[in-house]
Amino acid sequence: MAYSSGRMLLSQSDGPVSRFRAWVFIVIPLLAILFQVYVPQFFHFLDFLDMPLLVVVYLSLTQRSQVAGLFTGALIGLAQDSLSKNPLGMFGICKTLVGYFAASVGVHFNVENTFIRLLLSFFFYFFHQCLYWVMQRMLLAQQPPFDYRSWLLFGALNAVVGASLFHFLDKLRATV
Amino acid sequence: MESFVNRYRNLTILLLVIFAQFLLLAVQVKNDQDVRIIRMWTVTAVTPFARVVELLRGGSVGFIRNYILLHDEDAENRRLRDQVGHLKLENIFLKNELNTAERAKALGVFQARIPSKTLAATVIGTGAGSNAKVVYVDAGSTGGVERGMAVVTPDGIVGKVIAAYPTASEILLATDSDFAAGVMSPDGAVRGTLKGQGTPLLKVDYVPIQEKVQVGEWFYTSGDDRIFPRGFPVGVVRSVRDAQPFKEILLDPVGLQRGLEDVLIITQGVHQDIPPTPVADQPVYIAPPPPDESKPAAPAAAGAAPPITEADKLRLEYQASGDAQGHKFGSGESGPPNFNDITTTLPKPLPPAAVVPASAGATPPAGATTKPAESTRHSNQANGEPTGSTKR
Repeated sequence: MAYSSGRMLLSQSDGPVSRFRAWVFIVIPLLAILFQVYVPQFFHFLDFLDMPLLVVVYLSLTQRSQVAGLFTGALIGLAQDSLSKNPLGMFGICKTLVGYFAASVGVHFNVENTFIRLLLSFFFYFFHQCLYWVMQRMLLAQQPPFDYRSWLLFGALNAVVGASLFHFLDKLRATV
Repeated sequence: MESFVNRYRNLTILLLVIFAQFLLLAVQVKNDQDVRIIRMWTVTAVTPFARVVELLRGGSVGFIRNYILLHDEDAENRRLRDQVGHLKLENIFLKNELNTAERAKALGVFQARIPSKTLAATVIGTGAGSNAKVVYVDAGSTGGVERGMAVVTPDGIVGKVIAAYPTASEILLATDSDFAAGVMSPDGAVRGTLKGQGTPLLKVDYVPIQEKVQVGEWFYTSGDDRIFPRGFPVGVVRSVRDAQPFKEILLDPVGLQRGLEDVLIITQGVHQDIPPTPVADQPVYIAPPPPDESKPAAPAAAGAAPPITEADKLRLEYQASGDAQGHKFGSGESGPPNFNDITTTLPKPLPPAAVVPASAGATPPAGATTKPAESTRHSNQANGEPTGSTKR
């Protein structure tokens, strides 16, 4: 998809509207959760991937609705919480905010460009990790290390995977 | 007010959703209780998919590894591929069956050997957190699993059940930073609290610095925590450091070393004795058999070391004295020898490399008889067998 530099920063409301089929909203988050639960068990080097987060970012960016984005983030986050040993709400709050802000970006900017998607994926991963770290300290009174170097590295890797994933998910969209 | 809410509708909803989750979080943290129903919904929704995926993986991994990957290697034998293809498939199937059967057999043997009642389960997934040290197994509350039950493998402890759902259970691994268990050294002299650190190594805490712990020493569950029955291997000491106010002991967990596929959940624990030495597979030294006493002993080889203990010297003195007086000890045919002559008939001290006299050589030297017996005893102890039996 080629865009001029001016077109790249236009609001998406100026472009053609594309929507997901309803089943995508159930199946894709479920697959992301399953991936997170199942794949690192056999491929430990994929531990760094936060597939639910990438799905939240993508769905929120493309839905153009902040309310839909925050609910998508909340539901996926709570599902992830349910399958972890954390109290319910830790991932939920983080991903709610990620969903809201990603949707806000999606409303105001065109996010079809791969480079912008890379940047957004990286930024939201780092934001998610920082927020989670703060919540662990403030709400759970834990002392996790502030491992920003790993976050930067994993953010970059997640961004690369995210860009590929977004490209694949684009094919599931139907233009209205 | 209404116009304000309408104007900031999205922000208001965001704040409400965040607030609701904060509330949910606060309730859990304050009461130290879980909102079980939400977790149960999610686990119940995800478990069937995880089972299907595991089923597909179990069937396909062997196929991929043994057929598709070997496909390239067989390229040079392309002419024969069609002929052997179906045999390979059959072989793969049988291999998978065999692997499954062997795994199940090993687990079954261990299950039958330990006094505790256990339930076998297969790991079907890991926790969804990025640094999660939890796994899910396919046995749940319908199978009798309850929260707090211990999870082990034949190698050692794995973790404990932190949540039991109808179709699955959540296991907190020993490496998780929230994990703790009572442990002790084999002789029970050193007791401490095992803690996960979120890293591959485990820490034994609360061991006073005056206690002696050595690298390579094994630690076992003590049973004090009321979760793990006493006597299950925990790990081997990797490093020991004196710190204040306790020692800093790091263990290599033995239960997690070979990966996790099948585990046993202890549904009814029975404390057991701590084996004197590790139960892991170790090479067993088998000493040469002792000399046959019915046959005359061969003369000692030149250069063999003479008896060196005081008892051996004394026996030699008596032997030499008896020989000089024509007395045969142990026969009872003649009267007692004249012990006053013993000092006069003592043989001269033997040089280290001297040949042992024939009279002394009739009895195997101490080193030749005691060493094999000792080493046999040690090797038997290493296997937890009674002294005297030799295992090949």
